[in-house]
Amino acid sequence: MLVANFLLLGAVLFCIGVYGVLARRNAVMVLMSVELILNAVNLNFIAFALLHGNVDGHVFALYVIAIAAAEVGVGLAMVLLVYRNRRSIALDELSEMHG
Amino acid sequence: MIAVELDVAQNVAFGIIAAAMIVAALRVVTSSNVVHAALWLVVVLAGVAAQYILAAAEFVAVSQVLVYVGAVMVLFLFGIMLTRAQIGRETDLNNRTWALGIPVALVLLGLLAYVIIDRFEDTTLPDQGGPAPTQLIADNVLAPYLVPFLAISFVLLAAAIGAIVLARKD
Repeated sequence: MLVANFLLLGAVLFCIGVYGVLARRNAVMVLMSVELILNAVNLNFIAFALLHGNVDGHVFALYVIAIAAAEVGVGLAMVLLVYRNRRSIALDELSEMHG
Repeated sequence: MIAVELDVAQNVAFGIIAAAMIVAALRVVTSSNVVHAALWLVVVLAGVAAQYILAAAEFVAVSQVLVYVGAVMVLFLFGIMLTRAQIGRETDLNNRTWALGIPVALVLLGLLAYVIIDRFEDTTLPDQGGPAPTQLIADNVLAPYLVPFLAISFVLLAAAIGAIVLARKD
């Protein structure tokens, strides 16, 4: 099995996630796209761990999973706060810091 | 002979799961229904867990299912539930300039694919001969990578307190 299989799959998932972050207007959808990006990174970690025959990649994949859980928790709390204040979670309306 | 057959089966399984994951990921970023997008995301995350098993990373695969499919998806569904009036189709889920994302993503994909194929064109993965030992992962977490582990513990604590402070009504 080629290592490029895993790396290309990771690259495709990463690019789909980047498109989602750029194109989506709903804050929850943007968070979902960020999850796609983090999973693409994890696939690369696992593929390189297998290629080099050690488990360092597994350890960091687990760390990334933990960070992703924390990120979703804080992100959704912020989305809820925005929704409570504005009755909308459209990201292009959040322009108070525009200057 | 058996090793070759196994390799074919592995490649076929990889291809099927990868195709399902890519289709599901495209549905996540194009679906006009937020709940459907979340459910397609479940397919992607489960597919990633299956790929981990193919890559002999059983423990990470189990963690993926527990944390992502189990916990993060429930969080997402709660987030959708708490921030939306109606469940169903929505027309304004995309930015006005959403089409700009397509060339950006395609250029990035071309660049990454070029680099990967240029460097790893015919590098084959070694035959692991079984799952990576979980004890080794634990030894690595608690000895050489102890400092990042403690940092992540602190980040999780801060995230939990921060989420409570942010979402609290007062």
